[in-house]
Amino acid sequence: MATHDIHEHEHVIEVTDLHRVYGGGFEAVRGIGFQVGRGEVFALLGTNGAGKTSTVEVLEGLAPASSGRVRVLGHDPYAERGAVRPRTGVMLQEGGFPSELTVTETARMWAGCVSGARPEAEVLDQVGLGGRGAVRVKQLSGGERRRLDLALALLGDPEVLFLDEPTTGLDAEGRRATWELVRALRATGTTVLLTTHYLEEAENLADRLAIMREGRIAVTGTPADVTAAQPSRISFRLPDGYHLGDLPPLAALGVTGHEVEGRTVRLRTRELQRAATGLLTWAEGARVELGGLDVRSASLEEAFLGIAQQHRTDGGLGPAAHGAKSETAA
Amino acid sequence: MSDVMDTGAGRTARASAGPAARSTPGRRLRALARAELTLLARNRTAVFTALLVPLVLPFSVRPALDQLDLKGQGLNVGTVLLTAAIGFAFLFAVYTSLVSAFVSRREELVLKRLRTGEIGDPEILLGTALPSLCVGLAQCVIVAVGCGLLLDTGAPKAPLLAVAGVLLGLVLSAALAAVTAGITKTVESAQVTALPLMFVSMLGSGMAVPLETLPDRLADVCRFLPLSPAVRLVQGGWTGQLTGGQVLGTLAIALAWTAVAVFAVQRRFRWEPRH
Repeated sequence: MATHDIHEHEHVIEVTDLHRVYGGGFEAVRGIGFQVGRGEVFALLGTNGAGKTSTVEVLEGLAPASSGRVRVLGHDPYAERGAVRPRTGVMLQEGGFPSELTVTETARMWAGCVSGARPEAEVLDQVGLGGRGAVRVKQLSGGERRRLDLALALLGDPEVLFLDEPTTGLDAEGRRATWELVRALRATGTTVLLTTHYLEEAENLADRLAIMREGRIAVTGTPADVTAAQPSRISFRLPDGYHLGDLPPLAALGVTGHEVEGRTVRLRTRELQRAATGLLTWAEGARVELGGLDVRSASLEEAFLGIAQQHRTDGGLGPAAHGAKSETAA
Repeated sequence: MSDVMDTGAGRTARASAGPAARSTPGRRLRALARAELTLLARNRTAVFTALLVPLVLPFSVRPALDQLDLKGQGLNVGTVLLTAAIGFAFLFAVYTSLVSAFVSRREELVLKRLRTGEIGDPEILLGTALPSLCVGLAQCVIVAVGCGLLLDTGAPKAPLLAVAGVLLGLVLSAALAAVTAGITKTVESAQVTALPLMFVSMLGSGMAVPLETLPDRLADVCRFLPLSPAVRLVQGGWTGQLTGGQVLGTLAIALAWTAVAVFAVQRRFRWEPRH
């Protein structure tokens, strides 16, 4: 570690204006940039087709960037793979192992292919597969296969770990165990870039995250930053005979926006306690029951859904309009 | 099943991964070849095809050989059977076995996973091919010794040519298997996509039918088929009947096919399933 230059300590992963265009002309990644510091856990979120895996593949050195600049540990991961691969560990969204090999045989094969391999048994223990060494891969459950994949990514004791949807297919317990593992790795200085569908996972694990949409980064920041940009929400059903106008003036409650759908009212506010108190005090005074009352503070999920919704409303516009909108979305 | 992951213990300091533990091509090839050998041994059909067919098939055509005028061509039954058995080792121990292996590793996403690591593409192909190449080589040796003892073929008159023929045949069979895997969608369809080369080679490359017994013009054309040069070198190695010019010409054809196959693999080999 003593030989690493100062620059690396700042940004282990650097992406500048990355584009990735596939053979058929489809542009999966449309000019994104971010940095990940040493020991940081960075999460890439996005709906299916947002460009997460296309981005990660470039970082892993599996595909070249169409344009832009990507550096992992100070090197181009594609052109200088020899300098990067011994220091990275990769878990693909969908990777495979020969079904007729046992867990131990698979780990032994992989250990023979990485620099500075740790003992296989130790790594299998680490992911909770210690007792499954003699089992053939074809007999493993989907979750166990994901954990075997994770074990192989950890075999070379990597400085940078790429995890593409690491907990998909795991049960709740397996997912939490993986989270614990990632936290422990971060504590020892491992840099982790992960993609995930689970917002809870990003909220729990990530120091910083980026939400991608249509090949661009729509929002980036710490989970708290991204969440803070979102309003809190209150929703309820208006009792029969009441109208929106019967409520106290919404602006006076600190409500910044509202929608009415049938009898269901949705309010957005940045002052949740004030708005909720005002609403409930009114209901108490008017002796009405607010059906389906739901009061929730802003969450990453809200931010995510907000971006996904924007995606739907943008649907009819041309690509140029998309570009303009998503640039301002952050 | 132990469910709880061990989150911290056992983690080694990275500094301990000194130069001695650095991954080398030799170490990687050994690791991959060992896993492939285990897989080969667990696949009964592959073992049967690779081990028995090259030994049994040539002898089943022996009655047909007795009908042919071999003496007039300077051949004898022993050399023809020996050549056939070595040719079948190329096809069954190496070619068909590797088409299945490459396709099955690709469809199981093993190749894709391997490519994320330090191991390079040529190493992945070579490591996967090594066990079959060794089985093929062992077959050639067994057949040569067996025919020498049982059919009086004796030692090859031009041993270098025989060795060159065996090595070229093995390498080319493996390369052609990778090319065929590139146009094969599933492990099942490998049994179909491998057929053309197998038929053409058996009939036209001097395996089941010695080229000397074919009409001259047809034989001249057949000498340009992919596995013909290797078979011709093997046969010439035992009979000692190839002239210097014939040897050079044959080597040139073999090397040309090898170059074509390597180029095709570089351009056309598929590393992941098509969606």
